[in-house]
Amino acid sequence: MSTIEEKEQAVSQDEQAAEHATVEATREPKKPGTWRFLIPLAAFALGFVSHFSLGWVILPPILYAEKQQPIDFSHKIHQEAVDEGCESCHYFREDGSFSGIPKLENCAECHEEPMGEDPEEAKFIKEYVEPGKEIPWLIYGRQPQCVFFSHAAHVKMGELECIICHGPIGDSDHVRPYQYNRLTKYSRDIWGWNIAGLAKNGWDYLKQADDSGGTKIEHPARMKMDDCAECHMEKRGVHEACFVCHK
Amino acid sequence: MKEAHHEAHEHHGAHKKTYKYGMVVDLDKCTGCGACMVACMAENNLPFRKDNSDRMRSQLWMRVYKISNGRPFPDTDICYIPRPCQHCEGSGHHHTPCVSVCPATATDYSHETGIVSQVYTRCFGCRYCMAACPYHVRVFNWWDPTWPKGMKKYLNPDVSVRMRGVVEKCSFCYHRYQRAKNKAYAEGRRELHEDEYQTACTQACPAGAITFGDLKNPEHKVHELKKSPYAFRLLEKLGTNPKVYYVSTRDWVRKAGEAYAGEEGKSVTHA
Repeated sequence: MSTIEEKEQAVSQDEQAAEHATVEATREPKKPGTWRFLIPLAAFALGFVSHFSLGWVILPPILYAEKQQPIDFSHKIHQEAVDEGCESCHYFREDGSFSGIPKLENCAECHEEPMGEDPEEAKFIKEYVEPGKEIPWLIYGRQPQCVFFSHAAHVKMGELECIICHGPIGDSDHVRPYQYNRLTKYSRDIWGWNIAGLAKNGWDYLKQADDSGGTKIEHPARMKMDDCAECHMEKRGVHEACFVCHK
Repeated sequence: MKEAHHEAHEHHGAHKKTYKYGMVVDLDKCTGCGACMVACMAENNLPFRKDNSDRMRSQLWMRVYKISNGRPFPDTDICYIPRPCQHCEGSGHHHTPCVSVCPATATDYSHETGIVSQVYTRCFGCRYCMAACPYHVRVFNWWDPTWPKGMKKYLNPDVSVRMRGVVEKCSFCYHRYQRAKNKAYAEGRRELHEDEYQTACTQACPAGAITFGDLKNPEHKVHELKKSPYAFRLLEKLGTNPKVYYVSTRDWVRKAGEAYAGEEGKSVTHA
């Protein structure tokens, strides 16, 4: 009875007193230890949640900027139309260097005139083919200047499938946004570490639409330095690793 | 520790053939023209100053030294010594001087190619390696590199540009090795022909004084040339076991190169 009275008095007073009263009240009930025990736990949980949301939700958009590709390209449609798979457009030159993304010339071989009804294709022809302008593709896997990468060593000698590093990009219907670090300007695909194996992001794994319209994760796109290092350690041993890729 | 390291390496690279790339420079052929220095600078994106003859500030991976026998006319004689990185292999308890002091593992001796690497992104510029190197082959970037307007377009895309605060040095044009390997892979082979991998200085030398190749491969010219009775290596007594050999029929040049204390070969000047 006296407790209730005390409480009521406290509520009517100023904030400081109110706090005091709460503490008093928590001391009161029949299980004296329970509340006190929960306070540090709650504080920990609050700190845990707030820091995790800071690190995983709030900070990444501040650090990484996003851009859309100039044209929404469908690998799937093109893959079905060509005979030699990836190498139809992404081929090796005679000196062993890799051609990478095809030049406008290659595209224009077929797309001199619109081949379908797609508005993206119409846009592509109007903005790039007609004026003869190269498409400024944003390259997810573009490495910094200090990195040497040989497609020939991996694809020709190592006999790796494209999918090992690039993921199932050949089956994708749309291009995903390009994310880059605002400070270094490097693509998010090439640097960092997939913490705790939470493979839900495009730069960790490629998302792919399944038949029901949802996304399923098929195969990781692995183009980060740590991915390279992991595979090299496994296949070649760590020794002499730096000068193999760094120049 | 070191042996275990070697074993691990050999285990992983059991199927892999190793090379020992090196150079033989005929000092009797060298005229001191400096074409090797220019070729090296162009190939490896070395920045230059308004007055690049200022040897305190110019950055060179390949440097031509001029030595004299110090005698009066008519016995006076001079010799030019082109000096790239010596790519010391070390032997026994001796080791590659720069590699053993680097605290960042920015430089390493490759047992696959015999090339001493320099990874600029690992280097933090302590310059221990510069103090350790008996050949002064390493240079420090006191400034960010700059080029005259428009010249950036002439930079070699295969070689990265170094920033202020890191050490750099000759890599035996390692990017040319990688490029040659690329072509070889595309053709389905692992072995390189002698002429596929040559350094820029070797190709630029108008006198043909520089020969480059795999010292272990009997089919490469360097294999025979290094056996010449007139062949020597710089400061051989230090036990660094360099892979750059010099050939001269002149006794005083060989003595100077090996740095014996003596009457001749005392005065060394920068060309």
